[in-house]
Amino acid sequence: MPTFVYMTSCDGCGYCVDICPSDIMHIDTTYRRAYNIEPNMCWECYSCVKACPQQAIDCRGYADFAPLGHSVRVLREEEKGTVSWRLKFRDGREKNFVSPIRTTPWGSIKGPTDYAPPSAAALASQELAHEPEALKVAALPTLARDRLKKGLV
Amino acid sequence: MHNPFAALPAAIPPIAMQIYVVVMFLLVVFGTLIDLAHKGSARYFFKHRQNASFGATRAVGAGEVAGLAAKTIVVTVMAAGEFCGALRRLTHLLTMYGFVLYVVTTAVMVFAYPTAAAPGPAIVPDLWYLGAALVCVGGYWFWFLQRVDVAAEGRSPLQLVRADLFILSLVATTTFALIWARLQATGDQVWANAFLGLYLLANTVLFGSVPWSKFAHMFYKPAAAFQKGIEQANGFRRNLPAPADRPATFGSARRQPNNY
Repeated sequence: MPTFVYMTSCDGCGYCVDICPSDIMHIDTTYRRAYNIEPNMCWECYSCVKACPQQAIDCRGYADFAPLGHSVRVLREEEKGTVSWRLKFRDGREKNFVSPIRTTPWGSIKGPTDYAPPSAAALASQELAHEPEALKVAALPTLARDRLKKGLV
Repeated sequence: MHNPFAALPAAIPPIAMQIYVVVMFLLVVFGTLIDLAHKGSARYFFKHRQNASFGATRAVGAGEVAGLAAKTIVVTVMAAGEFCGALRRLTHLLTMYGFVLYVVTTAVMVFAYPTAAAPGPAIVPDLWYLGAALVCVGGYWFWFLQRVDVAAEGRSPLQLVRADLFILSLVATTTFALIWARLQATGDQVWANAFLGLYLLANTVLFGSVPWSKFAHMFYKPAAAFQKGIEQANGFRRNLPAPADRPATFGSARRQPNNY
């Protein structure tokens, strides 16, 4: 079942609009709250559910792990680097899970704009931006013509 | 700064201004009630509250409820604590406090100091100007630079939708109010009367469009925030998981990443 928004919790911040891979989370033109404009195209990736800072977006879980009448809610805590799941089945049983979502503390990785812009020579290079120093190696291995088998090139 | 209401032409007697303000107040009351009935907000709210009580795992005492109410007023209402973005929170606070200042000082000037013979203390019109200016700063900042569909979806900043009815009528009211008061102070009576007409028009749209605009959200949001606090306290948490423990190690303890 596609995502839906609790209108009383949504504050229209637009995080879900930014993150939705299908571009189907939009801002309602009457109340300025988020909503799913095309539920048929939602593949229930839970990106918006996890990104919402107000936990205002919900989604019914897949039937293979949660039969009808259940509740699956997600809490993403970026400062802790965790995503917690709480499943409540219709008979009252509960299952709780916590998963790490990062291997480093939040904010510890430099973004692309934190690096110096590449030089003209770097743009002409076969290497990607900030290689090889960003990979913490001295140099990337290269193919030399004399090391290839004859007849292939 | 001078009291603009005390300097109105004799054609508009104080009683007419006072009746107009009372009518605007009644429009807000009836508009909110119509909005409540039309959208079923109250019915949904109390149904949700009943469902939440079924999922409670502990009872919340009267003292705790009073504490949550105080926290809602201080954090959510007065400090706009529910906003996740700092700049959106700032524009909201500017607009909210500006609007409160503007409305209260307007009522004080119209009901207590409506004549040139007794224009009242200078602080009242000063606060009126300040309130209107704060609404303009917060309102235009939000409308031009922070609306999601404009900031994130690349649409024209001049596009108009129904959700803009509240914010645009609000900033139009305070903008026309400031221009009218300024023209009146300089003695340009013809243009002052023209902008007085625009000010009254924008004001009537602001308070008369409550059933169709977002005006009533300022009454709903505190109730929703208080209910959210109650649900956090009674263990229901809207079926959300409890906050996780802060991990001692990020990721797997067996292999720390070396590629960052």
